[in-house]
Amino acid sequence: MAKAGKASSEGQPKNFADYLVLNARRFSERPAFRHKDHGIWKTWSWSEAFEEIRAYSMGLKKLGIKPGDKVAIIGQNRPRLYWTFCAVQAIGGVPVPVYSDSVAEEMSYVLEHAEVKATVCQDQEQVDKIDSIRKNLKTLKYVFYDEERGLRDYDIKGLHSISAVQQLGRDVLEQEGDEKWRKGFSKIKGKDIAVMLYTSGTTGRPKGVMLSYDNLIKSSINANKFDDLDKYDEIIAYLPLAWVGDHVFSYTQSYVAGYCVCCPENPETADHDRLEIAPTYFFAPPRVFETMLTNINVRMQDASKIKQRMFNYFMEHARNVGEPILNGDEVGFMDRFKYKLGEFLVYGPLKNRMGMTNMKVGYTAGEAIGPEIFSFYRSLGLNLKQLYGQTEASVYISAQPDGEIRADTVGTPSPDVEIKIADNGEVLYRSPGVFVGYFKNDKATKETKTKDGWVYTGDAGFIDGEGHLRIIDRAKDVGKLKDGSLFAPKYIENKLKFFSDIKEVVAFGDGRDKCCAFINIDLTSVGNWAERNNVSYASYQELTQHPDVIKMMGEHVAQVNRTLASEEMMSGSQIARFLILHKELDPDDGEMTRTMKVRRPFIRERYDELIEALYDGSGEKYIETEVVFEDGRTGKISATVSIQDAQMFAPTHGMKEAAE
Amino acid sequence: MNAHDTTFHGRMDDGIEPGQVLLNVDNISLSFGGVKAITDISFDILKGEVRAIIGPNGAGKTSMLNVINGFYHPQEGTITFRGEKRTKMKPYEAASSGISRTFQNVALFKGMSTLDNIMAGRTLKMNKNFFWQLWRYGPALQEEIEHRKVVEEIIEFLEIEAIRKEPVGTLPYGLQKRVELGRALAAEPDLLLLDEPMAGMNLEEKEDMSRFIIEVNQFYGTTIALIEHDMGVVMDLADRVMVLDYGKKIGDGLPEEVQANQAVIDAYLGVSHE
Repeated sequence: MAKAGKASSEGQPKNFADYLVLNARRFSERPAFRHKDHGIWKTWSWSEAFEEIRAYSMGLKKLGIKPGDKVAIIGQNRPRLYWTFCAVQAIGGVPVPVYSDSVAEEMSYVLEHAEVKATVCQDQEQVDKIDSIRKNLKTLKYVFYDEERGLRDYDIKGLHSISAVQQLGRDVLEQEGDEKWRKGFSKIKGKDIAVMLYTSGTTGRPKGVMLSYDNLIKSSINANKFDDLDKYDEIIAYLPLAWVGDHVFSYTQSYVAGYCVCCPENPETADHDRLEIAPTYFFAPPRVFETMLTNINVRMQDASKIKQRMFNYFMEHARNVGEPILNGDEVGFMDRFKYKLGEFLVYGPLKNRMGMTNMKVGYTAGEAIGPEIFSFYRSLGLNLKQLYGQTEASVYISAQPDGEIRADTVGTPSPDVEIKIADNGEVLYRSPGVFVGYFKNDKATKETKTKDGWVYTGDAGFIDGEGHLRIIDRAKDVGKLKDGSLFAPKYIENKLKFFSDIKEVVAFGDGRDKCCAFINIDLTSVGNWAERNNVSYASYQELTQHPDVIKMMGEHVAQVNRTLASEEMMSGSQIARFLILHKELDPDDGEMTRTMKVRRPFIRERYDELIEALYDGSGEKYIETEVVFEDGRTGKISATVSIQDAQMFAPTHGMKEAAE
Repeated sequence: MNAHDTTFHGRMDDGIEPGQVLLNVDNISLSFGGVKAITDISFDILKGEVRAIIGPNGAGKTSMLNVINGFYHPQEGTITFRGEKRTKMKPYEAASSGISRTFQNVALFKGMSTLDNIMAGRTLKMNKNFFWQLWRYGPALQEEIEHRKVVEEIIEFLEIEAIRKEPVGTLPYGLQKRVELGRALAAEPDLLLLDEPMAGMNLEEKEDMSRFIIEVNQFYGTTIALIEHDMGVVMDLADRVMVLDYGKKIGDGLPEEVQANQAVIDAYLGVSHE
């Protein structure tokens, strides 16, 4: 067992090396890291982790990594890469995790901009990338790597394996002890830069967000308190290291709370590895939850009739009483009993399949999650919540407290966070987690952060009647109708897209007198419906203009309008008229990006005639559109598109409150 | 090799230096009744090389492999493996002497998992009493754990962790081929015979497989004899190429030489017989 000794300063640890020393003492034999390797979970206790990291850190110091030096970390979730954070920080360096799937050129910009002195690579693939851009990296002296495979015969300047660095550190430790090393991090102050995270940069060049020790430690303490996380928790680390969420969930919060971080064997096995670990705290973007639900449904369809009936019966029951039970509301005895039975027969096994048996709290964030998907998991008794965060905020801006969960909000402000809404609807926040600045980019820092510490999020939103924050759209996309009511296209589009038979929606209305929308049907879903209802059709085009399909879409639009009517800020932008597009929006035609995001300006131009028809009151419109086929040839398709008026509702926002 | 040594070396150590003759085939003829499958063929395989055998359909390539691993017994000629002249040898004897192979049509145990299939490749190295194995207890259990370690190294090497527990029958063809290679590797062969390892694969799968073949050859120093139809692959991977046509050897040499050989071109493209 390691003799961890005392933390560098009495009382509150000021940096993560302090926490490491403290954890090695207070949690010494409790697990700190796990890694599945060669089919077996290998575990390091906090005292073992301390020894590994100390050796690593002292080795780096011996090689000449100095305070202020930047060290890039490139790779998937591996214990040694997580150790790198602390090992570098302990000698005053600044770790810079980089997205490992970015190609060499993208990486080159970040590494050059960050002026990295060393890179820590997971494997040969990453070493090769670094080697190919080495000529651009004037400051680079060392390339370290974790996995030896394929690197045996490499002859690259400054190439060392992490184990070699650790061995060097152990030699130093034997000769002169670790006093000097400990003294090094006792000098680190809370204001010092702990880490630099590059934002992925969907617009323009990536920016290096500098976060201080104070930022990260305060945010972590608050978050751990908020969700009651302690040394008994376990999480699975499977999201990119360069993403602030992973950095905070899998590194800083773990050091502060002392919980165990488990690294899967590789990304493909992550799902299965989660099943074995059964994490108590879990984060996933909505698409992960969507995929899991789809898989369950597909598998259930292959199950025997009895099982299907049992599944449907208890899921129905869960839909009715599951969420109230989870929220601690009053539920009758019989319903509770039936729910318990369901837990035994259906919910329990289901959770086990998903690796969520022990899940205490789960979060989803990043984009809107479908209400059905959200409540499916909640009705099983899983405490799934939403949060809203940013790199610049050390993640947390708002999160849903237990018992106050809505599918369409992102919760109340997190502890110590203040939120205000600017006149144009943009959300601003101020918190101890607010970043120090962008690296070498004062201009951008000034644009984003005000003098008194408020940060512009770039998202538009509002605080609803219950004090919950709702994000509606990117601030720059939000406009106004002629009568002054707010128009948030993505908000409306998302509401419609949650219907499984709608694939894509484009809403118009900025500067117009009313809101109108293009709808793209989902061929799989609507085609399936047509088959079941004996609706015959010859082509996609014909199906889109079928009276029953139009009627169905009309009902969806009416339903969305009804919910919009109940929302104070949105009731003005109900969809007045809509049409079903005669062709699917397609990246080949330039209507969408390759990542399947609608390109608004292009669509506005291309379908100008249709948009005008929506607004001039005509009932149908003939249109010819040029299309690019998959083999690159172009052709024309033409159709007469029917335009419908939608059912609209009087604002019901005030009335609902009056009734309560 | 020490029978109790269960760390993975990739291949047996036989004391033959790279570049020396590992296997020598001398004037082999094989016939089935009146059909002559192989006529008077001689060639050698050097330690550490990748030796390709190519030729049109029915040229006798697979028969040649079957002769090497003792499945067929030639009526004439001799085979010398590691300097020892071989008499009629049974396939399992060939296997225990360090020759393993994969098959043209995947020949795995479809109902068993990837792990169990590769484990099956270790059978020859397991030598604990059948009684203990039956009860999976005591020394047999210890032995199984040791072999499992080796198998896990192979799984990591071939990057098939995600399918470790999947029944191989449900896997895509490309992955099945990879599992088969894994099973062949589990025997730590000195000479690995690959019968069309890339047949029916798409480009990406071929690239993966090529990479694994190169890595097996370079890391473990395993000698490889390879039958393959994809000329691009053969020219890239092979150190030397032998060409068969109607059971006869019509060319042998470096890939470039073979490519320029008129007889080979004729055999592949066909030539009009006056």
